[in-house]
Amino acid sequence: MSKREDIKKVVIIGSGPIIIGQAAEFDYAGTQACRALREEGVEVVLINSNPATIMTDGQIADKVYIEPLTVDTIKKVILAEKPDSILPTLGGQNALNLAVELEESGFLKEQGVEMIGTNADTIRMAEDRELFKEAMERIHQPCAESAIAESVEESLETAKKIGYPVVVRPAYTLGGSGGGIAYNPEQLEAIASLGLHRSRVNQVLIERCIAGWKEIEYEVMRDRNGNCITVCNMENFDPVGVHTGDSIVVAPCQTLADKETQMLRSAALAIISELKVEGGCNVQFALNPDSFEYCVIEVNPRVSRSSALASKATGYPIAKVASKIALGYTLDEIPNAITQKTFACFEPTLDYCVVKIPKWPFDKFVHAKRSLGTQMKATGEVMGIGTSFEAALMKAIRCLELAQNMHDLFDSELDGLSDFDMAERLHAVDDRRLFAVAEAIRRGFALEKIHTVTKIDMWFLNKLAALVQVEKRLAREPLTKDLLFRAKDFEFPDDTIAKITGKPVEEIRRLEDEWGIHPVYKMVDTCAAEFDAATPYYYSCYGTENESIPSKDRKKIMVIGSGPIRIGQGIEFDFCSVHSVWALRDLGFETIIVNNNPETVSTDFDVADKLYFEPLTPEDVQHIVDLEKPDGAVVQFGGQTAIKLAGAIEKMGVPLLGTSFDSIDEAEDRERFDAILNECGIPRAAGRMVFTCEEALASANELGYPVLVRPSYVLGGQGMNIAYNDDDIRDQIGIINMVAHEKDHPILIDKYLQGTEVEVDAVCDGVDTVIPGIMQHVERAGVHSGDSISVYPAIGVSDEMQEVIVDYTRKLAKALRVRGLLNIQFIVKDNEVYVIEANPRSSRTVPYISKITGIPIVPLAVQTFFGKTLPELGYEYGLQKARGLIAIKMPVFSFEKLYGADVNLGPEMKSTGEVLGIAKTYSEALIKAFYGAGIHLITDGRAIITVKDQDKEEVAPIAKGLSDLGWTIYCTAGTAEYLRKRGIPTVRLSKVGEAKPDILDKILSGEIDLVINTPTKDHQHRRDGFLIRRNTVEAGIPCLTSLDTAKAFLTCVRNVEDTDLSVIDITKILEY
Amino acid sequence: MRALLMLENGMTFEGVGFGDEHDVLCEIVFNSAMCGYTELLTDPSYAGQAVVMTYPLIGNYGICYEDAESDKPWLGAFIVHSVSNAASNFRCDIDLDSYLKNYHIAGMQGVDTRALTRCLRESGTMRGMICYGDNINTLEMSRRIKAFALRSYVPTVSAWDSKTYGDGPRKVALMDYGVKHNIIRSLTQRGCTVKCFPYDTSFDEVKAWNPDGIMLSNGPGDPKECGPQIAEIKRMYESDIPIFAICLGHQLMALANGGDTYKLKYGHRGINHPVKDLASNRVYITSQNHGYVVDADTIDPKIADISFVSMNDGSVEGLTYKTGRAFSVQFHPEACGGPLDTRFLFDRFIDVMGGARL
Repeated sequence: MSKREDIKKVVIIGSGPIIIGQAAEFDYAGTQACRALREEGVEVVLINSNPATIMTDGQIADKVYIEPLTVDTIKKVILAEKPDSILPTLGGQNALNLAVELEESGFLKEQGVEMIGTNADTIRMAEDRELFKEAMERIHQPCAESAIAESVEESLETAKKIGYPVVVRPAYTLGGSGGGIAYNPEQLEAIASLGLHRSRVNQVLIERCIAGWKEIEYEVMRDRNGNCITVCNMENFDPVGVHTGDSIVVAPCQTLADKETQMLRSAALAIISELKVEGGCNVQFALNPDSFEYCVIEVNPRVSRSSALASKATGYPIAKVASKIALGYTLDEIPNAITQKTFACFEPTLDYCVVKIPKWPFDKFVHAKRSLGTQMKATGEVMGIGTSFEAALMKAIRCLELAQNMHDLFDSELDGLSDFDMAERLHAVDDRRLFAVAEAIRRGFALEKIHTVTKIDMWFLNKLAALVQVEKRLAREPLTKDLLFRAKDFEFPDDTIAKITGKPVEEIRRLEDEWGIHPVYKMVDTCAAEFDAATPYYYSCYGTENESIPSKDRKKIMVIGSGPIRIGQGIEFDFCSVHSVWALRDLGFETIIVNNNPETVSTDFDVADKLYFEPLTPEDVQHIVDLEKPDGAVVQFGGQTAIKLAGAIEKMGVPLLGTSFDSIDEAEDRERFDAILNECGIPRAAGRMVFTCEEALASANELGYPVLVRPSYVLGGQGMNIAYNDDDIRDQIGIINMVAHEKDHPILIDKYLQGTEVEVDAVCDGVDTVIPGIMQHVERAGVHSGDSISVYPAIGVSDEMQEVIVDYTRKLAKALRVRGLLNIQFIVKDNEVYVIEANPRSSRTVPYISKITGIPIVPLAVQTFFGKTLPELGYEYGLQKARGLIAIKMPVFSFEKLYGADVNLGPEMKSTGEVLGIAKTYSEALIKAFYGAGIHLITDGRAIITVKDQDKEEVAPIAKGLSDLGWTIYCTAGTAEYLRKRGIPTVRLSKVGEAKPDILDKILSGEIDLVINTPTKDHQHRRDGFLIRRNTVEAGIPCLTSLDTAKAFLTCVRNVEDTDLSVIDITKILEY
Repeated sequence: MRALLMLENGMTFEGVGFGDEHDVLCEIVFNSAMCGYTELLTDPSYAGQAVVMTYPLIGNYGICYEDAESDKPWLGAFIVHSVSNAASNFRCDIDLDSYLKNYHIAGMQGVDTRALTRCLRESGTMRGMICYGDNINTLEMSRRIKAFALRSYVPTVSAWDSKTYGDGPRKVALMDYGVKHNIIRSLTQRGCTVKCFPYDTSFDEVKAWNPDGIMLSNGPGDPKECGPQIAEIKRMYESDIPIFAICLGHQLMALANGGDTYKLKYGHRGINHPVKDLASNRVYITSQNHGYVVDADTIDPKIADISFVSMNDGSVEGLTYKTGRAFSVQFHPEACGGPLDTRFLFDRFIDVMGGARL
């Protein structure tokens, strides 16, 4: 064995908050790596600012620092922990950049810390454009003709040489941030200037445009003996031009003959060998569809989104193997965990097809540009597994949980288009292109024509044509056994078959029973059944042999996962799902998890006793229930995805563990919930439930503006907004109807109360309630709780009010007959507590409250399902005493990636992730949270302040505070005049479109450190405000749209110089 | 047309015909490669076998004639989960279905190929029969399977006349037991003139050509069926001519030197097989296609060293003979289809012959 015995303590850097381009895949990789290292007896020190992750659990690592991911913090942790090694390849680009910075500063060497796995030289060679190009030239690997430019002028010159169109890629950024394709000098000027700004090293690469080529990816592994293997290859449905994170991806490659496959495989191995990667590596190629010409697009010498996908697609645990390689093992020494017979030095072979579809946030950002390019926009992804491309694709579509229950290739928005418009529509490269192509095929467009426009390979188009043909046969032919089998084999859901054939769903089900058309489950075993594997990882298909044999002797519980990562439903629900599985396992149950997100820990093959990688619709769950006959199902940990299935699962006769479906409905149904509140004597803001725009207008006028408008049954405040007048109401009802899952869904109109928002997470055992903690939001009510800075404990809420909150929580828990978790949001206003909403399920804050209080909330909830009382489990009823630490959760946004999305905060959630600051004092915790969110706290910066008239009075002390500290304040006329009169010095800027340089020029000049802007209502100002905010985020400058956030910022800036930031190991939380 | 596959253990699999739908009796084997079916179809080593593809989507890129490893497809039947409705590749000459029809090869699709593979894995390689039509007599099928005897296909697949390729300065005599074209190409590309001799050519005839080296090719079936060839190989071995042997050739040379071979339960067929080079401790991913294997216990250490072993089951994957002139591998360094990782073995052969001659 070549394991290195000198590696005893390893630091792993996590990837920080979830942002576009960096989702749950690094929690999956990091968690797997921590477990792999610990089973070798290595002590693991973990640093990650993201509290919602599973990796930041005491169970996963030995030491856990939920601290901002900055060079300073990591240095402090290294000084405190004295590790011998650092493993930088598991936390994405962020961790890689930090590790290189630490290495370059000489700190690692000073401290005797070795970078294990892939070293700094390799990282530099892969990341630095020039070094990479040289390396590729050494081994004769073609790159697209390109040159580095450090200025706009240089970019233009280069492009002139290469010829338009050119691709602009900024060096050292995430998800292609700031890149794009330029077809002419004007476009290049715009894209290059932005790209230069985004790049950490102020460089962009100007590259020959190979848009339209096939995009092929290889996941490769290499050990220190030079053994190399490829884990998987993948082909993008969308040709080069769309970021691979935004592409539909299929594994394995479908349209390559062995000659092309081996050519690219050999190239990938040559590259990983030249770079001397030790671990996993991702290589992206572009392949000319009409020749053997190819070029290397990019190499990532680390685990990535693609490696997570490849791991789930093949069953090969890339992060685990990469960690073992870092410890010195070679591929031929590492056992294949799936077969337990073979070794990690083999290449997985698939006997199924995998399709990944990205999950985009355009339902949240209805004004954002939906076009896809080199800038990634998706927040998450889903994966479908089937024995055909058609089946895998149809499953993946169902996994997306699209609006209006879209479970097939029909997009009703395209119905109204004329054929002429449809032809135009094909040119749009956006999130709906798949559906547009299907519709064009349906209308009889020639596939060659569609291919000419989209450059999508004819093979894929023919597969879509095969699906459309089944649609047509269902519509025209009698439903025979053969036809129904064809449709089910292609994974047409029953409701789609019913819709097309005009028969009731029950009739379709009856025919399936009569003809014996039921799915079977096959194993994902890395080896296409060549070896007998013991992995409990299954997918459904319509074959003849079922391999998933239900156990008979053990009680089993099915846990419903949370599907793709999206705004409002992030990684925290995967944390809860995984913990519930572990808790159930500890209680002796067999656990079954159903989920479809390839990025997550929950879909790792060894988390539950059985994993079904399937869509989360009633039909798909029904099939699993028919086979497994579980003794119970858990829906309260999987976010809205799981909650939506509660009713259906209960109808299947599977007992819901914990809170019943009736109670869930009671909490969500406006009228039923009002009745409960009345019964308990708990006040809430007056409100109405309406169905039409007219009713909404009547109710709003009756309640008096401002009012909150939102659809019921939503998570993350989707479609929620504050309306100040009738026009706002009309606007918002329109948007709700656009994104609502069902058209006849009720809409809630509530009186908007502007007070302090408070949130509790509670566990109820059917008798009474334990409240681990009360959190207070920094931003006043009206900003979605997920977008607010949240402080635990609620130091700004009086004891008296806290008592009321505790009392209301206990009453509501009892009245709703909650068993398990309950999250309630309150508003405290004028010494009165109002309930906003109660959700009898896990919430976004459960992971962070669990970690900061040391109370295992999810396991406690699980035990209450089986009759344990909380005192029996060691917890007194009521509010738990806070420890001596303050934890502040700060939201993190991805606005810069979403052109056209408005940045201002409101009742609809917009953040993609969060960080936590933990410290003994409020201001230190807040400073850490700001740092964690990537906001610099400087004492003499330059701020632009433009606020609406009502906010001017409130902004004055903030401006004064900043100014007193040495900040320069820039304002446009109105705000400047107001502040000047109050003795605050300002520099005046001209408004948007007035004399140059105007405010936007200033923002883009690179001289500004902060923008405080509150949105105004009138149209012209609204437009200007929008432009100011967009330009601010696109220039990478913090943009604060709530004065409460601005006040918090001021507090931090005031204290930052006097604060020596500590680092806290949260596994020792009980010592505080 | 409806198609039915019956195995010798009585198990049946339903499917639908494609290609040339005629009843066939075969040995049934599976291959786990996800691409490279053109190379596989034209690999003479599959003569007389029905190949089950574990990857469900076959025919995606059609057939590119230039990828063929011999003049025609040799296998008995092709069993897949589904044949693609479209062939998409810039080099595609013809779709799979038409190709098989042209060459009268039976095809069967719509089969739960994973279930079939699991069955072959558990029970081992079996004889079987595919019949087409609505009125299939399964009793008759069963009777014919029992009566069906496997035979040697080497005489069928070997060329009838000798033929010369390339015009390089090194002369390599290639014994054609069912050679894949890329073995020839791999040699001609390295400056060799390759003369292919029919399988039953005597050593004297080969020697008369005055070769610098002898290449023993791959080929189908049980090596022990090739008694006369083993005797000739013994004479080649005892001469001072360097020898490189692949697959069947490797087995034959082991048999010629007192070794023994046995049949594997379900063979090694795929392009993901790891082998370890015991000299360097490096692992390579190789293309493999063999049902028989050299028995490690029968290798006399005075005669040969085991040079490569399978990482999956530890079986012999290569031998280096003590003479320093002869070496052999069980896997396919010529790839096609499969990884090109072990191409260097052809360079090694050139070195053994005395290096490149200008």
